[in-house]
Amino acid sequence: MQLQTNSLTLPDPLPLDSGEELHNVRIAFETYGELAPDKSNAILLCHALTGDQFVASEHPVTGKPGWWERMVGPGKPIDTDRFHIICANVIGSCMGSTGPASDADDGTPYGMRFPVLTIRDMVRGLVGLLDQLEISQLHAVVGGSMGGMQALSLAANWPNRAGRVLAIATTARHSAQNIAFHEVGRQAIMADPNWAKGDYYAGDTSPDAGLAVARMAAHITYLSEEGLTGKFGRRLQDRSEKTFGFDADFQVESYLRYQGSGFTRRFDANSYLYITRAMDYFDIAEEHGGLLADAFAGTQARFCLVSFDSDWLYPTAESRHVVHALNAAGAPVSFVELSAPFGHDSFLLDVPALDRVVKGFLHD
Amino acid sequence: MTKAATSLRPDLAVIFEHIEPESRALDVGCGDGVLMAALRDQKQVDARGIEIDGACVERCVAQGLSVVQGDADRDLGFYPDGAFDYAILSQTLQTAERPDEILRELLRVGRRAFVSFPNFAYWRMRWALLSKGRMPVTRHLPVTWYETQNIHHVTVKDFEALADDLGIAISNRWFFTQEREIGKAGANWRAEYAVFEVGRRAG
Repeated sequence: MQLQTNSLTLPDPLPLDSGEELHNVRIAFETYGELAPDKSNAILLCHALTGDQFVASEHPVTGKPGWWERMVGPGKPIDTDRFHIICANVIGSCMGSTGPASDADDGTPYGMRFPVLTIRDMVRGLVGLLDQLEISQLHAVVGGSMGGMQALSLAANWPNRAGRVLAIATTARHSAQNIAFHEVGRQAIMADPNWAKGDYYAGDTSPDAGLAVARMAAHITYLSEEGLTGKFGRRLQDRSEKTFGFDADFQVESYLRYQGSGFTRRFDANSYLYITRAMDYFDIAEEHGGLLADAFAGTQARFCLVSFDSDWLYPTAESRHVVHALNAAGAPVSFVELSAPFGHDSFLLDVPALDRVVKGFLHD
Repeated sequence: MTKAATSLRPDLAVIFEHIEPESRALDVGCGDGVLMAALRDQKQVDARGIEIDGACVERCVAQGLSVVQGDADRDLGFYPDGAFDYAILSQTLQTAERPDEILRELLRVGRRAFVSFPNFAYWRMRWALLSKGRMPVTRHLPVTWYETQNIHHVTVKDFEALADDLGIAISNRWFFTQEREIGKAGANWRAEYAVFEVGRRAG
């Protein structure tokens, strides 16, 4: 996939939690809004598992609008008339930043030779980008889902880098259930013969079937039962009778197949393996001696956490766990559980209360 | 009274007046954050809040206040000892599962605490119960017995006795009727609601 993206190469090798180093690290990023002369108005926006830097501009592959255009833009809750928004593709991903599809030193794609990453490694890459942009202090770091993990990781590991931390629909650690769902996705990819142990870049085929199944399984976890029932129920797809076969008889099947196949056109299967692994390894407390409060000891940042009542992937209890640790650390923290029917995906969808919270927390 | 204090509900105004500038305060059941905002803006207090109602929390966050959605019964325990100069519990004691434990918790996380509550021994309440034989529904407590969140009715004397039992020192008390402060004489009859300032008893 040859993409025209804004990017820069980090001058130094990036040390990784595994002990390895990543060389010639390329970070692809987009910015929105003017940077103030004193560089005080920068907001780092962190994307989710399958997200990218095109937060408020057209996706170069799909042609679809940015993934958070309802939140980011002139006069919107994250106001580009006022703030300079930076959104970068995380390392390990496939939209221009260094990942398993990138060429290694020998001039061929890394594939599974790419080192296993952590969320902290991704954030280390983002901090490297900020260093290159000479932005020492962010007005805020903002993210939902895996983006929220990055926001919390930045706060815990680079405590002076962001004045405000807004973490939405997220967690400080991946639960057994989270890991279990990701493992289903990884096994689906690796069971696809076209995966070829990750060495498929030179050929004509890629593990699209496996990646599509991984996406389908994951997509279910982003929705709620209420949402699925409301949207599809048991309605049949373009037919009046069941076929007594294995076509997509039900609308929900057709929808998931569409989601799965659409995803393979824009995402690399190996990136999916690496990024889900990074999320599964995520446990901020573990990085800081076992006590989450210690991760945030002495922080000067203000925090805001938001959860959704229908999100069973990163349920409210996970946000509360973070809030309690921040309370124990004496950090100023706000937390609200918003009511929305869309499950985990609520943070991307039309939830006006979220707009008000985001705007209030970033602006006041 | 200052300008900020006069726009507050009388019990909140008296609490506002007695909080030192640039101190740290935790407002438990902070509602839409009106006291917190006044403390922050007028007295540079580092104010934090706990509020159970999500819509109220949303309004607080929109004003830049640090408020956590949660409830006093469950969430106070996560704050470290002595994290605040003041803990504030306004019109919430009577809704708590265990008011005695909340009081103890307030004085664990706060050096001092302000507690306000409706006085169930107010004469109109007594009269309503005596004359009609039914649980009173009054201007100050307008909700029927089956809908009310006030699960632990308390009087001025009850509170003073509880403080004594818990070894809590009462350093100040104020009484209000019809949104005006009244004298301390006969308060258990005359007060619609009360504000107490309490602290840990020395030794």
